[in-house]
Amino acid sequence: MALFSAIALAVILFAVLFGPFIWRVPINEIDFAAKLQGPSWSHPLGTDDLGQDLLARLIYGGRISIAVGVAAMVVAIFFGLLVGSVAGMASGRVDAALMWVTDLFLSLPQLPLLLLVIYLFREPVKGVLGVEGGAFVLIVAVIGGTRWMSAARLVRAQFLSLREKEFVEAARALGASRLRQVTQHILPNALGPVIVVATIDIAAAIIAESTLSFLGLGFPSDVPTWGSVLRDAKDYLDIAPHWALFPGSLIFITVLAINFIGDGLRDALDPRRVL
Amino acid sequence: MSRQYVIRKLLIMIPSLLGISVVLFSLLALAPGDPFDELATNPAVPPEVRAALRAKFGLDDPVWMRYWHWLTALMQGDWGFSFVSRMDVSTLIMQRLPVTLVVIGASQILAIAVAIPVGVLAATRPYSLFDQIANTFAFIGFSLPTFFTGLVLILVFSIQLDWLPFVYRADISATGWQFYWEHIKQSIMPVMVLGLFQGAALVRFVRSSVLDVIRLDYVTTARSKGIGERKVITRHVVRNALIPVVTLVALQMPIVFSGAVVTEQIFRVPGIGSLLITSMLSNDTPVVMGVTFVSACLVVIFNLIADILYGWLDPRIAYR
Repeated sequence: MALFSAIALAVILFAVLFGPFIWRVPINEIDFAAKLQGPSWSHPLGTDDLGQDLLARLIYGGRISIAVGVAAMVVAIFFGLLVGSVAGMASGRVDAALMWVTDLFLSLPQLPLLLLVIYLFREPVKGVLGVEGGAFVLIVAVIGGTRWMSAARLVRAQFLSLREKEFVEAARALGASRLRQVTQHILPNALGPVIVVATIDIAAAIIAESTLSFLGLGFPSDVPTWGSVLRDAKDYLDIAPHWALFPGSLIFITVLAINFIGDGLRDALDPRRVL
Repeated sequence: MSRQYVIRKLLIMIPSLLGISVVLFSLLALAPGDPFDELATNPAVPPEVRAALRAKFGLDDPVWMRYWHWLTALMQGDWGFSFVSRMDVSTLIMQRLPVTLVVIGASQILAIAVAIPVGVLAATRPYSLFDQIANTFAFIGFSLPTFFTGLVLILVFSIQLDWLPFVYRADISATGWQFYWEHIKQSIMPVMVLGLFQGAALVRFVRSSVLDVIRLDYVTTARSKGIGERKVITRHVVRNALIPVVTLVALQMPIVFSGAVVTEQIFRVPGIGSLLITSMLSNDTPVVMGVTFVSACLVVIFNLIADILYGWLDPRIAYR
């Protein structure tokens, strides 16, 4: 299943990366004569209510959605590693405080909080970084900032058990500094499960970005992402179902493939899990 | 379960509620933009009046004092006034909250009703055909974003088959049985979307939890006493395996709320989720803050309920 998923994901990634060089239709070419058409030879995935080509828009949207997913994962894992390793090494009060903050973030309702931050900070960030760049930075920061907790807990648990192992003790006895113990000895051994969490985080971040765009609070509607195309399509479900089905299935297939790959990686990287 | 355990859990709740209020308030305070911005651009309002208003509403006070005022007002039930609906935020939220709770509650019941039998059956026959099919469906279930499932259900059941209404209406004119039937009919799709998404995540958890328990010695003892397999599973295994599931159901409440926001938006259910989105799109800040705080409180309360249930199900926890 994981292999099959990897192939599917590779196909989607290839299409998204190199698609614009092969399918040279602009994303915003308005053609009212061809609006709301189903799939045809000139528009393989049909058109939307302005007659814009859906294939081109979905290729462009896929770039944004996947880029947001990967970038948000990097942010989340970075914070997770930072908080988790500090808590795992420090123990005592620092550990207790950091874990309290982690639990607090875990009990916050994510989507309302995401929406709140975007609602409050959308305009100023847009002013500094431009419409598209601002939305990208804000969404990545917010999704990453609300998803680091599980990685932090995992890293902490790994650190707690690894730092008592003999090989770390040996390094300590040889006079390795704390930083060297962490970067050279503990971290490389803690990374296996973190990679699994990172993979699954990409899928979660893609869903989060699509949800935001679908609710009209993500990217502005002239920037097509899979979520915002779906949002535009939802009012035309009765006359143009293809318009909603293609972006929705793309999100679904990408997320499913990433989840299956994560599951495969878990089996491969975690020998302790028997069943 | 001792009373001390419940009191301890209640006391733990207070710092987390305070923490949530600090997070929300600092977001509000850090956000650029001033509630009196509109007055500043209005030439009919002289600068002295603006300064007096700022002083009156305490906008020039230090941050900690503003937080204290905000918190005390919040605790006294003064949640501000909605700019758009022209009514108190607390009344508005109280009108919307029951619908959300009914939808979330029904979908959780559906999720549990699907997940427990499927998860237990899959765990008693690990790696069988049934297990693999259940596993695949669980993966599909939680990889399907709720907004897409919602649209597909509308497409199939409302547009193609025309069985169910796709707009949730609060003003149904029918009476008696007809009234309840109409309500059930319009709730089916939102509850299905949320419940199946939750159920998919739960199935895998129930399965691994049952697998953990089924290998323990006391289960072997029960079998060797000659108790039938069915009875061993239902009486001995499932009862213990479900304890961690209770925690998971509570821990998933934040995710359920996220799903509820989306589902309410798609099916236009008049709950607090759709209230959140509409007030954001119309820049109604007091309502946005109120709804976010209420959903955070609900999550904390559900965690408390889970903790108490946990202590009741597993007495060892309460005496630690």
